[in-house]
Amino acid sequence: MPESAGNRRTPLTFDRLYRFHGGLKMAGHREITGDSPVAGAGIPPLLVLPLLQHIGEPADCLVKAGDYVYKGQPVARPVGKVSAPIHASSSGIVIAVEPRPVPHPSGLPAMCVVVATDGKDQWQEPGKAGLDYTSTDPAVLCSHIRQAGIVGLGGAGFPTPVKLTGARSKVDLLLLNGAECEPYIACDNRLLQERADEVIGGARILQRIVATDSCIIAIENHMARAGQALEAALDKSNATGIRVVRVPAIYPTGGERQLIKVLTNREVPSQGLPVDVGIICQNVGTAAAVYNSVVRNRPLLSRIVTVTGLGIASPGNLEALIGTPVSHLVKACGGYTSNVERLLIGGPMMGYAVTTDSVPVIKTTNCILAVTHEEMPPPPPELACIRCGKCTEVCPADLLPQQLYLYARSSNHDAVQDYDLFDCIECGCCAYVCPSHIPLVQYYRHAKTEIWSQEKQKKASDIARQRHEARLARQERIKQERAERQASKKQVLSEDTGKDAKKAAIEAALERVKQKKAQADIAPKNIDNLTPAQQELIDAADKRRQEKSSN
Amino acid sequence: MEFRTYSSPHLPVSESVPVMMQRVLLALIPGITCSIWIFGWGILINILLAAVTAIVAEAGMLMLRRRPLKPVLLDGSALLTGVLLALAIPPLTPWWIPVIGSLFAIVIAKQLYGGLGYNPFNPAMAGYVVLLVSFPLELTLWSPAGESLALRDTLALVFSGELPTGQTWDALTMATPLDLIKTRLGLSETLTEIRGGPLFGSFAGAGWEWINFWFLLGGLWLLQQKVIQWQIPVGMLGGLFVIALVFYAINPDIYSSPLFHLFSGAAMLGAFFIATDPVSASTTPRGRIYYAVGIGLLTYIIRTWGGYPEGISFAVLLMNMAAPTIDYYTRPRVYGHDGAP
Repeated sequence: MPESAGNRRTPLTFDRLYRFHGGLKMAGHREITGDSPVAGAGIPPLLVLPLLQHIGEPADCLVKAGDYVYKGQPVARPVGKVSAPIHASSSGIVIAVEPRPVPHPSGLPAMCVVVATDGKDQWQEPGKAGLDYTSTDPAVLCSHIRQAGIVGLGGAGFPTPVKLTGARSKVDLLLLNGAECEPYIACDNRLLQERADEVIGGARILQRIVATDSCIIAIENHMARAGQALEAALDKSNATGIRVVRVPAIYPTGGERQLIKVLTNREVPSQGLPVDVGIICQNVGTAAAVYNSVVRNRPLLSRIVTVTGLGIASPGNLEALIGTPVSHLVKACGGYTSNVERLLIGGPMMGYAVTTDSVPVIKTTNCILAVTHEEMPPPPPELACIRCGKCTEVCPADLLPQQLYLYARSSNHDAVQDYDLFDCIECGCCAYVCPSHIPLVQYYRHAKTEIWSQEKQKKASDIARQRHEARLARQERIKQERAERQASKKQVLSEDTGKDAKKAAIEAALERVKQKKAQADIAPKNIDNLTPAQQELIDAADKRRQEKSSN
Repeated sequence: MEFRTYSSPHLPVSESVPVMMQRVLLALIPGITCSIWIFGWGILINILLAAVTAIVAEAGMLMLRRRPLKPVLLDGSALLTGVLLALAIPPLTPWWIPVIGSLFAIVIAKQLYGGLGYNPFNPAMAGYVVLLVSFPLELTLWSPAGESLALRDTLALVFSGELPTGQTWDALTMATPLDLIKTRLGLSETLTEIRGGPLFGSFAGAGWEWINFWFLLGGLWLLQQKVIQWQIPVGMLGGLFVIALVFYAINPDIYSSPLFHLFSGAAMLGAFFIATDPVSASTTPRGRIYYAVGIGLLTYIIRTWGGYPEGISFAVLLMNMAAPTIDYYTRPRVYGHDGAP
């Protein structure tokens, strides 16, 4: 029987693991940071808080330059449903609200609140008590989480409360994703080792909100200590329904869709969400943030960031305030080595390169990777695709990357969509194995962007066409109404007074026209303050007009 | 400080086309050595002629097309085409045979379609088929296995057509086992009678079975190195084996054994080195199986009932034509989609 997305709700047995197609076994490079405990990064002199750190609408700024802000004070409020507030992560004075370089693949600056910290780290209302999540209403918990500004910390940054509200009573599994599959990154690993109780606590809150008892915390099988810490924390707590599952370390098993397949054999439908197959997936860091917001009444002010790569003198894991410039974290890790060349935000497979280290850590920043030329040399020149099919073998979405490339390159948008371009998760496996060194992911991103902008244009032109058609229809209607009116008038005239009256009416109309014309002739406009040259031109024109009328 | 930016993924690439081509060439060496051992210097002369012609033709075409020379010449694909073509050509053929074949393969079958990656047909096989239909006589000049000429005599024969003193063409050349079976079956002999002759070894043609064996070993190494995938060799050899087995079971007097087919002619060379040319082959995992089984079946059909003793070249070209259609109908089911597309 072919596996199909049709068996959406295969019963949850958890007696075995499944495989997703393709994927890569990669050298982890985690030895650099996997064992180094999370250290505090301190308060940087400057905090740069972008108004958009999540998927959705940018938050609306609440402060202006010169305002004093306390730690934990909202500096921007959410706009619309899919949005999240931004909080000052330490106390200080707002020195600007202006566009600054932000961590984004586009490299374009975006609006940020810039805070010069005073080092006091002062709360407005210190020691405000948290909620007792075992008795609080789930809706109240949800709105509390919204106020705390919590978004998915795994990378995408989707506002967590929106996901939770959408999933309530629709899911039979809460999945906490601790399967950090990209090489180098170790922040979730460290979080699980050091703060397993917070993750478990977060899991229990999330269980209550989405109304399901069944919860899996998934980790990769090399994360032995994280697993032990989780199990120890589970034993201590009186949580129910939570189990720790170790999955094979095959990149991209930490991708939501791949992880769901591995654990449950369910497939999230194309263009669908995990909730469509009865699952809600959250990053373990998000769970810990939920716990801290509910129990300790702390908004999302900091996160763990792995700072690593051969370009960093002493790599490590840091607890960084949101808004801390990357340069500050690098300094905390001993600075750069002399031959650093590339600075990446995120992992080496899906992360993006930035030009400057003045960009801040935002809610979704899990890794800062400074690499040397030897570690990641520039890509070799692109050769022709020989259709070897290595990309097909490793594609976790079971696409045909070589066909997508062919059609993306020729801008054949119909064909590229027919080959399911939009099911591509941009994991980079295909480009990694391509013997012709084709930057495949770049081609796909480009094609996606082109298609989106075309659709936008099409929508705009559709609206314009509708407007135009409506206008034509209106003009037609007016014309018709006028014709009808005239017809009825005519009828009235011919019925009432006969021919003479009609003639009189016509003559009167002619007379009116004549008068108007005469008036127009004798009343030239705009003749004040004429220059001699203009006067000359006017005279010449008048002369011509006279000649013409006399002819 | 300003950092350099590139598109993800950032990890250094793990594969490269030149390295793949080098491995394929390396994997050919045992089979080539065995061929030279059995059929003499003529094989090596053919390889050199075809390879040099291929590289010169590729360079010339790239210049005409105003394309950069170095990256393309260094990818090794032209060299490989020349070598594969040469391996299909008999050892005592005149020098211009490999040259013409190689020219056609590179200029017409490869570069005029846009070069590496764009050729719909396997260039080596296109070149070979042109030779086969244009110069049928020259393509029968195989020497008897194990009785090869000295280097000097071979050179004289190949370049000036001079026969060694006291020799005749009839004494120097010999039909291949596949050829012999075809003609003798036509004379209503049975296979048992035909296979009694000195041309045959333990289970296939004398000499040929060893050449095939070494190409098989080279091919298995390519599989182990993940340069090629299992679908094409397994599909082609499986297809050939199964259809041969069926007819062998029906009448072993007129149909050769499956083992004979697998170790005759260019079966192993074809399965591991020719049909696996990714550019002209099917590219979906399932499609590759259909594609390769098609080659296996067509090879058997041409060998058994066609006008030529060996059918791999025609089989490969015919399936090349079918590859785009096969690809279209064998797309894998994408994650999260219902049923098969």
